[in-house]
Amino acid sequence: MSEDRAGTSEQLGSQWYDHEAGPLVRPYAMTGGRTKPGPTGVRFDLIALVSLDAGAPDVGDDSSLGPEHLALTELCRVETQSVAELAAGADLPVGVVRVLLGDLLELGCVTVSRPVPPAQLPDERILREVIEGLRAL
Amino acid sequence: MVSEHSDATNAETAALALKILVAGGFGVGKTTLVGAVSEIRPLRTEELLSEAGQSVDDTDGVDEKVTTTVAMDFGRITIRSGLSLYLFGTPGQDRFWFLWDELSQGALGAVVLADTRRLEDCFPAVDYFEHRRIPFVVAVNCFVGARPYGGDEVSRALDLDRGTPVVLCDARDRDSGKEVLIRLVEYAGRMHTARLLDSVS
Repeated sequence: MSEDRAGTSEQLGSQWYDHEAGPLVRPYAMTGGRTKPGPTGVRFDLIALVSLDAGAPDVGDDSSLGPEHLALTELCRVETQSVAELAAGADLPVGVVRVLLGDLLELGCVTVSRPVPPAQLPDERILREVIEGLRAL
Repeated sequence: MVSEHSDATNAETAALALKILVAGGFGVGKTTLVGAVSEIRPLRTEELLSEAGQSVDDTDGVDEKVTTTVAMDFGRITIRSGLSLYLFGTPGQDRFWFLWDELSQGALGAVVLADTRRLEDCFPAVDYFEHRRIPFVVAVNCFVGARPYGGDEVSRALDLDRGTPVVLCDARDRDSGKEVLIRLVEYAGRMHTARLLDSVS
């Protein structure tokens, strides 16, 4: 991508191709124009963990879901992932991932962990575990 | 929906993710530090933002909305199955301060990276975390060629609250980065205990 950019910047007035032209499908198209997750109104934290629900209906059969929804479920199928990792893995903006996850949550395809509430820390035992874990790295 | 709680889902709900922010001025080594300690290659997430047009792209005084992309680098350290640490490099530019509010929600603490050749670059980050009472350590990234300073000197220059740890580090070095994180988690634990005692008395 950076190569494309370097190439075109030298030829001012040249046409935009590929990455330079921006995404073929605009973010708002993937979300059907929505900027916030559905009626449940959850705001997914960047480190909220998303896993595939074992008893989930097959998302491939649901015509209301787009390819980006399926891409997210495929990523979760490999391992439980944070919202930030999903966004990086699917190469989608975080805002788009949040809306799509809202859909998947409502359909019961995924489960999402609640982030630690603000101003509250995990107990001492966890912190000790983290310190020991870091030392052992 | 009928919810059947199998052992697997119980294990998932018990999964815990902790968040640590890495802040500091532009080019101080935030992404380098994240990369040095992360078990995954630092990933990049993007946030699309709509904001009022800045004066630089002023089109005849029309208040235009433009879309900007902010990138945040992040890494992960798995402590054990079900317990992981996520590190987020905060966006360096001042105009993305509002993103910090989201990032700092529920954060365990923060590392403020400092370069002694331009210490003033980390003032905003120090202010931010002090005001919000988010535990942080100052990690002085010892660049080659920079005059070495002691932790006390840096602490005085930054006018830090008493007890805020200052650690000298090399952001490229994994062990050095680990040490910074350990100091932060220890400090966050102490701050938390102190606050609990405060609230009781």
